[in-house]
Amino acid sequence: MTEETVELKLPSRVESIAEAAEAATDAARRLGFAEDALFGVEMAVREAVTNAVLHGNRRDESKPVEVGLSGTQAQLVVTVRDRGAGFDPAGLADPTAEENILKSSGRGIFFMRTFMDEVAWERPPGGGTLVRMTKKK
Amino acid sequence: MAELNIRERQAGDVTILDLEGKITIGEGSVSLRSAIRRLIEEGKKKILLNLAGVGYVDSSGIGELVSSYTTIQREGGQLKLLKLTQKIKDLLTITKLLTVFDVYDDEAEALNSFK
Repeated sequence: MTEETVELKLPSRVESIAEAAEAATDAARRLGFAEDALFGVEMAVREAVTNAVLHGNRRDESKPVEVGLSGTQAQLVVTVRDRGAGFDPAGLADPTAEENILKSSGRGIFFMRTFMDEVAWERPPGGGTLVRMTKKK
Repeated sequence: MAELNIRERQAGDVTILDLEGKITIGEGSVSLRSAIRRLIEEGKKKILLNLAGVGYVDSSGIGELVSSYTTIQREGGQLKLLKLTQKIKDLLTITKLLTVFDVYDDEAEALNSFK
């Protein structure tokens, strides 16, 4: 397949995390991404949707998590939008700093940045936070 | 089928948990946390987690491994890891946790290390 566009509107619950990750890896597979890249896409989408469900929408099922997948032969772009109050990615602690290594949380965005080529946050009109992640072939 | 299946074995005073499935947010992480809590309540504080059957771990799962490790340490026990898949080893490497955990590929060697 040469191009791929998928849009999902999911309820803010934990089950949505696996659903979004599966849709993203299926899309990446159809576009011909390598196995290692599929693992990275699954990991990054899981973490982004986890953040949207837990921290953005705070499990409020009346607030949707919108996932967009847009792929070409060269790259897959994944967007995840929540309806939360937003956050400052610059204010996040480094989970690999010595004082944070034994913390039980704080690695999600680190994994997103590790496994995707580009990760950027936007405040879209209408509210919430949108994270845009790009995986290149 | 459960997201994470946990089978318990005893080798002397070491409890081996054979894990199979995913340690991810929700059921998988909660199952591991419950199993560790139960072992501590039973006074079993030498624990070897066999991860050979674990194909996937997310940041929540990594967090659960870390908090299992720190909980057991606080209780004066030891928690070690056995048979990591390459992907999990990679995750522990990039998070700088591979040097924190005591990791083994061979079960007999792992069991000897508790003595």
